Amino acid sequence: MPKDSGIGASSKRREDVRFLTGAGNYTDDINIHGQAYVHFLRSDVAHGRIVSLDTSAAAAMPGVVRIFTGADFEGVGGLPCGWQVTDRHGQPMAEPGHPVLAQGKVRHVGDPIAAVVAESPEQARDAAEAIEAEIEELPAVIDMKAALAEGAAKVHDDLPSNLCYDWGFVEENKGAVDAAFAEAAHVTTLELVNNRLVANPMEPRVAIGDYARATGESTLYTTSQNPHVIRLLMGAFVLGIPEHKLRVVAPDVGGGFGSKIFHYAEEAFCTFAAKALARPVKWTSSRSEAFMSDAHGRDHVSKIELALDADNNFTALRTETYANMGAYLSTFAPSVPTWLHGTLMAGNYKTPLIYVNVKAVFTNTVPVDAYRGAGRPEATYQLERVIDKAARELGVDPIALRRQNFVTEFPYQTPVAVVYDTGDYNATMDKLEEIADIAGFAARRAESEARGKLRGLGVNCYIEACGIAPSNLVGQLGARAGLYDAATVRVNATGSISVMVGAHSHGQGHETAFPQVVAEMLGIDESMIEIVHGDSSKIPFGMGTYGSRSLAVCGSAMVRATEKIINKAKKIAAHLMEASEADIELKDGQFSVAGTDKSVAWGDVTLAAYVPHNYPLEDIEPGLEETAFYDPSNFTYPAGAYACEVEVDPETGKVTVERFSAADDFGNIVNPMIVSGQVHGGLGQGIGQALLENCAYDPETGQLLSASYMDYAMPRADDVPFYAVDHSCATPCTHNPLGVKGCGEAGAIGSPPSVVNAVIDALQSGGKAVTHIDMPMSPSRVWSAMQG
Amino acid sequence: MYNFEFERPGSVAEAVAALKSEEAQALGGGQTLIPTLKQRLAAPAKLVSLGGIAEMKGVCLNDDGSLSIGGGTTHAEVARAAAAHYPALAALAGGIGDPAVRNRGTIGGSLANNDPSACYPSAALGSGATIVTDRREIAADDYFQGLFTTALDEGEIITSVRFPVPEKANYQKFLQPASRFALVGVFVAHYAGGTRIAVTGASEDGVFRWSAAEEALASGAALDGMAPEADGMIADLHGTKAYRAHLTGVLTRRALQAMA
Repeated sequence: MPKDSGIGASSKRREDVRFLTGAGNYTDDINIHGQAYVHFLRSDVAHGRIVSLDTSAAAAMPGVVRIFTGADFEGVGGLPCGWQVTDRHGQPMAEPGHPVLAQGKVRHVGDPIAAVVAESPEQARDAAEAIEAEIEELPAVIDMKAALAEGAAKVHDDLPSNLCYDWGFVEENKGAVDAAFAEAAHVTTLELVNNRLVANPMEPRVAIGDYARATGESTLYTTSQNPHVIRLLMGAFVLGIPEHKLRVVAPDVGGGFGSKIFHYAEEAFCTFAAKALARPVKWTSSRSEAFMSDAHGRDHVSKIELALDADNNFTALRTETYANMGAYLSTFAPSVPTWLHGTLMAGNYKTPLIYVNVKAVFTNTVPVDAYRGAGRPEATYQLERVIDKAARELGVDPIALRRQNFVTEFPYQTPVAVVYDTGDYNATMDKLEEIADIAGFAARRAESEARGKLRGLGVNCYIEACGIAPSNLVGQLGARAGLYDAATVRVNATGSISVMVGAHSHGQGHETAFPQVVAEMLGIDESMIEIVHGDSSKIPFGMGTYGSRSLAVCGSAMVRATEKIINKAKKIAAHLMEASEADIELKDGQFSVAGTDKSVAWGDVTLAAYVPHNYPLEDIEPGLEETAFYDPSNFTYPAGAYACEVEVDPETGKVTVERFSAADDFGNIVNPMIVSGQVHGGLGQGIGQALLENCAYDPETGQLLSASYMDYAMPRADDVPFYAVDHSCATPCTHNPLGVKGCGEAGAIGSPPSVVNAVIDALQSGGKAVTHIDMPMSPSRVWSAMQG
Repeated sequence: MYNFEFERPGSVAEAVAALKSEEAQALGGGQTLIPTLKQRLAAPAKLVSLGGIAEMKGVCLNDDGSLSIGGGTTHAEVARAAAAHYPALAALAGGIGDPAVRNRGTIGGSLANNDPSACYPSAALGSGATIVTDRREIAADDYFQGLFTTALDEGEIITSVRFPVPEKANYQKFLQPASRFALVGVFVAHYAGGTRIAVTGASEDGVFRWSAAEEALASGAALDGMAPEADGMIADLHGTKAYRAHLTGVLTRRALQAMA
């Protein structure tokens, strides 16, 4: 029987009541007395030299408080990059400056040139239109391969070229990999594009800077997934504000999908301007601004080659990827195509030799950084597409080819640095075959064909590295921060509990799931526990939420802190019952003495801690509050198998997803309903990438062609089917106390290849010699491919 | 948006008078104009809302069997009130945008705007409708003059649209995946005098009659494999010229099949 509370229960999301009734407190809901509003004048050209910038007429417009330009930020730091990648030759990546407001040049459509602060948003916008900016347009660098060609215009004049880095992994293996290819019985090659995406959280970004003259303290309210990271980056590297004088608050945040990890110019601007003007300054992004200023995702152009022996065993894998960085290095951009991508190229398979080459390229486009999955979807897509193509070339069943090459013994040291702790890929594939009713596919195909439609089945596996991450490891790989997390468990006098966590919830349901863990450990009701997050002045120094890390890393810190609470509470209970601490047992919120009928309730102990009249003051301090920091020893490795069934209209090329099934191994599960919801959302984004979403630039002018929802196709409810999801195949993670692996990104990582595999299967069943179609597989693209 | 004056007259005569002032702009349901204003792409000095004019609203069957629809009638109202009289037209109206759009947008606004991907122009042209304004009647064949261009004069208001009701008709809309406007939409209507085929979404010149297919049908020929010239079709992120030409043929055949 399913549990109704604690770990494993599908407790309803308590935060949804306020979200669904309009009672949430989002950053834009915050209005501070006396606040002014900023409007950013943004570049409407992709690449240009600022010849002159005349703000005099604009400054005289009604309501204008002050106009800032790049000149006002000359003594201020630029936006920092949080990860340094070292190239194939041991050299650090090219790291250009990233000014808060453009200095000298504009480098993408949307690059902020000037900021007008005024009494109202409309006045700020009116005045921004009155700024006279003379910009000499330069050739736009858009295509990555053209950007690296001899004589290409340079995005950054002070760099030798548009190459950020040329990374090889594992460089020492390159010769052996090439040799394996020379000896291969069969080689399958595939060139593909992982399309650029816009994250599109429902809530656009907002920032409010506030400065207290009395205390000299700056506060930034912002739409962030990680307030402490923003405090560190902005305080230490941009504005030079010490931590104790800087507070960063990220209240309710309406989705992030990675795009709200990064430190953005608008945050630094509002904090800076609030101090300069001694009044609060607020910015609310329009949706149009979001398209041209939120970091984009993906945008890889890859060639992948798979070598097989005569028995169809994978013997080597070789990839070459061009990864778009955009015009500047966003906070974690360099890590995405390298350490979050190359390390996952083994997938679920025991391929012994792997070499990954990645060339990161600057272009006159919006910076690209982590987006749900970050590097792992790009790895999975290449690998699972090339395996499918190999199976077709060899005339073998794609599931059988995968099973034959599965890693089956754990722990498994991959040839790309990481060690998988646990997994059972045959079990998830068995489960997939069951829930997807793969045996019934032939009948469904016949039924579709009778209606004049082509039906295809596509399958793929995935593995991801989550629970990011061991600090000592990521430090060796170039991270400029640790990636532990932290939690403080504050037990109040009457027994209720506030848990202050470094993780941030912006849709993940932490406020529901985290209390389930503490409630389970203490045997008390979930409703007695509240999660506090998102305010650097209230929470310990944790690193926030991304990389499916919240429960695995921050949740583990919370477990450790709760264990400390239990240990201390047992001491108090022992004193109250005049028993030995070793004999104290905690069950269902009662402390009892083993072998006796003596017991005291949770509330008696907590009250004693704060009213220590009868208390072992000589042995322990009063109060009941503990903090723990947790740094994992490894990533976690969620894995699974997905199946997609599509119908293709052969006359129009229109693809409809008829069935989608996901069998995931997330280790232990705290709240199955929330996990299913996370998978559903991820699948929607993955299907969106495969069929609909496409952030496109004009290759000549660098204008953003998909700059609104008129042209950027988001998946809607009727674009996706009812999903069959299962997470009963659980091999618990061996190196965190909860045995959890993380589930936030799996759906987005695991779904695009099976959609493409299914479309190719459908087209080939209709006699079309189509082996690949780039995403998004729009009706026009599919129809064009069918024309041969 | 920029500041503007706002008037909401109660009659066509008052609206016509209000639109005579400098840089005045008529506002129908606002489904195109309001977003345009919000993006500061238009700066009319005065908006004259047509939303308060009762005489411009409603659907009625005329004595000659034709159907008149007031220019200020919303898509939702057409979908409801025209269903019994002209099901294909009602179905088209019921498939425009989403419920919010359908409850604000009007037939007069759509036809005055003449978006090359809008649905209504194909119904008006495909039905050989008459556009009735405050000053004259314009045959649909003369009304549509290219992208966002019509025969309307400055300040002229579409007070109603008169549709001859066909023996049978069908509208096939292939959705542009992002906007869900028509990537291509084909309206086919069969009258005693012959079959009219109007295509929206496809051409760089806006809605057009596919005369070659009409003639083929008139001569009793089948349309199998037939498609208009790709030259002159719209090419964008969502479809090539060749694709739009191909879709025109497919959707026309599907409309005919649905009518049969």
